[in-house]
Amino acid sequence: MMTNELQYLSILPELILTIFGMLIMVLDPLMADRASRKPMGWLAFVGTLAALGATFYQGTHPVAGTAFFGMVRTDAFSIFFHVVVIVIAALAILSSLDYLETQGIRSGEYYGLILLGTVGMGLLSSAMELVMLFIALEISSISTYILAGYRRRVAASAESSIKYFLLGSFATAFFLYGVALIYGATGSTNITAISQALHNNHISSLTYLALVLMFVGMGFKVAVTPFHVWTPDVYEGAPAPVVALMSTGPKAAAFALMLRVLFGSFGELSQWWLPLIWISAALSMTIGNVGALLQNNVKRMLAYSSIAHAGYLLVAFAAGQDMGIAAAIFYTATYAAMNVGAFAVVSHFASRGERYVSIDDYAGLGRRSPVLAITLTIFMLSLIGIPLTGGFFAKFYVFSAALKSNLVWLTIIGLVNSAIAAYYYLRLIVVMYMKEGDDSVTLVPVPVATAAALLIAAGLTIYLGVMPGGVLGYALLGAQDLMR
Amino acid sequence: MADNQLAPYLPILMQLLIAAGIGTGMIVLSAILGQRKYSRMKMQAYECGMTPTGDAQHRFSVKFYLVAMLFILFDVEAIFLIPWAVVYRDLLKIPGAGLFGFWEMMVYIGIVLVGFFYVWKKGVLDWNTPELSEGPNE
Amino acid sequence: MDQNLHLWLIPLLPLLGALINGALGRRFSRQAVATVALASTAAAFGMALMVAASFSGLAHVPYVESHGPWIQITGFTVNFTFLLDQLSLVMLLVVTGVGFLIHIYSVGYMADDDGYYRFFAYLNLFMFFMLMLVLANNYLLMFVGWEGVGLASYLLIGFYFLKDSASQAGKKAFIVNRIGDFAFLLGMFMMTKYFGTLDYTSIFSQVLSNPAQFPVETGGAGLLTLIAFCLMIGATGKSAQIPLYVWLPDAMEGPTPVSALIHAATMVTAGIYMVARSNVIFNHAPMALTTVAVIGALTAIFAASIGIVQTDIKRVLAYSTISQLGYMFMACGVAAYSAAIFHLMTHAFFKALLFLSAGSVIHALGGEQDMRHMGGLRKYIPWTFGVMAVGTIAIAGIPPFAGFFSKDEILWKAFSSSSNGWIFWAIGLVTALMTSFYMFRLLFMTFFGERREAANAHDAHASAHGGHSDHGHGTPHESPWVMLTPLVLLAILSTVGGWVGIPHSMGGNNHFEKFLEPVFVHEGGQETEIEGTATWTNKLPPTKETTGEPAEAAHANTSTELLLTGISVAAGLIGLALAWFLYVSRPELPARIAHNLGNLYTTVLNKYYVDEIYQEAVVDPIVEGSTDILWRGVDVGIVDGAVNGAGTSAQAAFGTLRKMQSGNIRSYAGWVALGAALVVGYMVWMGIQ
Repeated sequence: MMTNELQYLSILPELILTIFGMLIMVLDPLMADRASRKPMGWLAFVGTLAALGATFYQGTHPVAGTAFFGMVRTDAFSIFFHVVVIVIAALAILSSLDYLETQGIRSGEYYGLILLGTVGMGLLSSAMELVMLFIALEISSISTYILAGYRRRVAASAESSIKYFLLGSFATAFFLYGVALIYGATGSTNITAISQALHNNHISSLTYLALVLMFVGMGFKVAVTPFHVWTPDVYEGAPAPVVALMSTGPKAAAFALMLRVLFGSFGELSQWWLPLIWISAALSMTIGNVGALLQNNVKRMLAYSSIAHAGYLLVAFAAGQDMGIAAAIFYTATYAAMNVGAFAVVSHFASRGERYVSIDDYAGLGRRSPVLAITLTIFMLSLIGIPLTGGFFAKFYVFSAALKSNLVWLTIIGLVNSAIAAYYYLRLIVVMYMKEGDDSVTLVPVPVATAAALLIAAGLTIYLGVMPGGVLGYALLGAQDLMR
Repeated sequence: MADNQLAPYLPILMQLLIAAGIGTGMIVLSAILGQRKYSRMKMQAYECGMTPTGDAQHRFSVKFYLVAMLFILFDVEAIFLIPWAVVYRDLLKIPGAGLFGFWEMMVYIGIVLVGFFYVWKKGVLDWNTPELSEGPNE
Repeated sequence: MDQNLHLWLIPLLPLLGALINGALGRRFSRQAVATVALASTAAAFGMALMVAASFSGLAHVPYVESHGPWIQITGFTVNFTFLLDQLSLVMLLVVTGVGFLIHIYSVGYMADDDGYYRFFAYLNLFMFFMLMLVLANNYLLMFVGWEGVGLASYLLIGFYFLKDSASQAGKKAFIVNRIGDFAFLLGMFMMTKYFGTLDYTSIFSQVLSNPAQFPVETGGAGLLTLIAFCLMIGATGKSAQIPLYVWLPDAMEGPTPVSALIHAATMVTAGIYMVARSNVIFNHAPMALTTVAVIGALTAIFAASIGIVQTDIKRVLAYSTISQLGYMFMACGVAAYSAAIFHLMTHAFFKALLFLSAGSVIHALGGEQDMRHMGGLRKYIPWTFGVMAVGTIAIAGIPPFAGFFSKDEILWKAFSSSSNGWIFWAIGLVTALMTSFYMFRLLFMTFFGERREAANAHDAHASAHGGHSDHGHGTPHESPWVMLTPLVLLAILSTVGGWVGIPHSMGGNNHFEKFLEPVFVHEGGQETEIEGTATWTNKLPPTKETTGEPAEAAHANTSTELLLTGISVAAGLIGLALAWFLYVSRPELPARIAHNLGNLYTTVLNKYYVDEIYQEAVVDPIVEGSTDILWRGVDVGIVDGAVNGAGTSAQAAFGTLRKMQSGNIRSYAGWVALGAALVVGYMVWMGIQ
């Protein structure tokens, strides 16, 4: 048992995020109604930086281990995901600063909600208790439900929020039910205790039911087939920077949860749940990519693309072993970098009232704003999986891990899919560079904060493609910590 | 599911069935056996009281809901104090803990107060703020 | 490591040029842009020459230059490593040399184009990726270059992006190549799995040193056959072979220097290079090797037959390129890798020459590409005519020009490869005849006879080609010297380029093959094993005289070889005569023949309808199928119903749409519930088992 001070260190990033979140909640009502909320945004950004610092502190100092009666565990796995979700939050905040001004939304709570949601996402990767995990899941989900409806005057946004909320609650109910049943079956809600119980004792049929129900809940959160139906509608209606956040942050965290639960608790049954993952991965990739082929709305297209990418990630799950898990961890990071970046471009380009979200609106962007076009091109190329971008390596690892585990057909399905996927990402590039622009689409110069977000995201995407060694090495450490 | 894992739940199932049976049974039986005498008075919406006017699906002000929700929120949060109060003396006895248990609860109350402060300053408790119905953030 | 060659500088220099021009080119003058682009390419070429000069002095060949690890995970490492051996040296010189000449040419050709800096930035970017591809020491690094050249070519094909056909062509090239890449990737994954590495040297030495584990798979398809097949499909994509060749003719939408550099001289040969590089794997997979030969032979004759009837000057050259690549593929398929690389080199010379000359013709005519509207240009542009004639003679295989030696080498190797080799030889011969015919047809239609100017064609084409519109009508004019100089140099190369590989039967010494021998002939019992077990792989090349004494068999074969050479030269001359007869002596005949052939002619003219078949059989089912299922079934209701319905739009539609919308959440929940039911069903099913 650690001393109390050290125990707090293990949730230091969460503490910092909470304090900043509350600070914003206190300060915001004190501001004049008509005042710009940008200072709140910067405050939140500072909060994410501090939390990032705290996470690095955790990584470099000996705080690793469990704390709070085994409720949370700090290890390479949790640190990796903390960095991912906090960076996502920081980038989402940066790209929101001017977006909110453009949309005429004056609200500091927006930033507070991002920070508090990040607390939940962070906890999802470090909590070792199913109940704790459930609470973390709810914290991250509820803040996202609210954020999705932030364009209050727009019906689509409200619809997005309501849909996400109702269906999300429906799915978390499944998860909670699964938690209850696993408690009934093994007498514990602790990840490791469950694993031990399954290893030592007779495995009852309740366990299977619990696993299946939890799978439904988690499958919904990561948006894999057949629990993906909500994604396009919700992404289409929600404010673009919020989509940047929720298509990556809660998703990455939910993947962390899924890794934790499937490999941490139910590793014993991996042969049993493997076919489930297999089918779900194949379906997600196919439905996501084929669906994206037909979209004219960029946000909707990226929504389908995110379903497909969740499918690729599940391929890594199916591969299992250290290498598969490392590939999955690495994929979440890469996907986060490129997708946040893509949505940051969309947020800026959408303009007031998100008028310009159709693919045709991007015509001529290559000449009208080369910088915006080039960054978006980088993200698209990475999403396709062209070498020298992170997307290529992420896919490369996933599929080589899959083949190593003899998942030949899944690999082939995945590769065929990534060949199909080139088509719709390329379409956007073609439109940007090879179509005449329409001057009625107004284009505002890129503000500093957005530019910074784009630069960081593009830099990370390229970095992960050129020098993936370090990050991948840490992902492998995380995978080993998870399996321990 | 070959094993008898679910056997202990059998009484619950039986109780469920009996409850459902009695409920539906009563309705069905009264529908079949009961006598029906219709009169003018009986066919009115209410046998006593006012004659209804207007639409029953009346729109309530959103403030009703806000206040109701806030009530539930603070109510539930306050309930957390009770288990803490029950074990408080034992918390003090943990060696080395000192007033740890006390400060923990103060932090909790602090967070609840931040929420309260927020709600207050946002004017949710003020029944007559006109902007609330319009939304302060446009 | 004996000597540091700084190989990394060679690809980096063009990248630097690309970055400078890409970032700042817009503010540069045209001279400055051209200087940056030329200087970086020239420096790369200079480096390559220096490397070549010091090559014989290297203590260790292959020379390996490591720049640290790239990816390191347990049991799998990929390094940033460059490899220089005889094969990559040849490729290096071809790429930088021809690339440099084409850069010079482009300065003149693109002089009036709006996207001047953009063009050179892309071109330099292409050089960077191509050099990465050639110098890589492992498949992953090669793949980086492989995808990179595809990307650069996509950008360059779509360069005239205002033309819809150009951007469509760019997209088509990219997507068709993705199919090939997919197979290449699959092959790489298999190599990762079974060899634990992607390094050429260590994979090949693993294969060569464990004959027990990796036997020559004559009996049936094994692991190596599978890998070889994957690599082969990858190569068919990049090198435009059946069935993935469809993108190359369309790629002619790009500027002509691009066609010369990317779609004739360098990028499309990447597939050949890859197969030659993987010769160890292919030698162990006779079945794949045979397939390579068959694909190559079929592509060669198929594309040549289409080339006969095309009327667009660049399209004739495009089909000719496909056909010549087929030759190289066939050569690889009979394990005559050095012959393939030899032809790759000479082809780079004469095909770049032909494309650039064609560009010069197009330039002279202000954008006209249809040969039916040319004719009699000999008088106006004598220099272009001269160099183009050299190129045509070279590709037709008439001695002593470069194409003669390399083509003859391939034909002979095909013939002597096995008892059935005469089939390949015969196909190659017919192709040679066709090649000679359509190339001279091109020459005669363009430069001989009367000038046939189309009334309106100029304007249409000129506007399509942007900058050339100011040349207008009037007499065709010779291109400036900045364009002619590279042409003359390439013409010289096309003439003498083949002399490095004069075969023994003609009293030469075949230096080229000997030079490449260390890459393609492996020590140990390997050859005997191949010879003993495989039917398709080569009996040892007749010129393999490492001991200095010619083998007995070689003597006996000399007369056969000379006879075959005579036949193929005759084929070239017949093609020439036929073209002369039909297009100079009796120019009215072709139309009548075409008329009499009727359907056959139409079929060939329409390229055997392959594009249409692909559209019907592959593209439409995917697009329409997904449209029907997803768009109509699921999505329309959601997009149009939900969003519009919730909005304040049309009141009339509101009733029905609201119904859709209110149904939606429920139907979504239904989906989730259905999914849950499915997994629970799975659980029960698994439980029962």
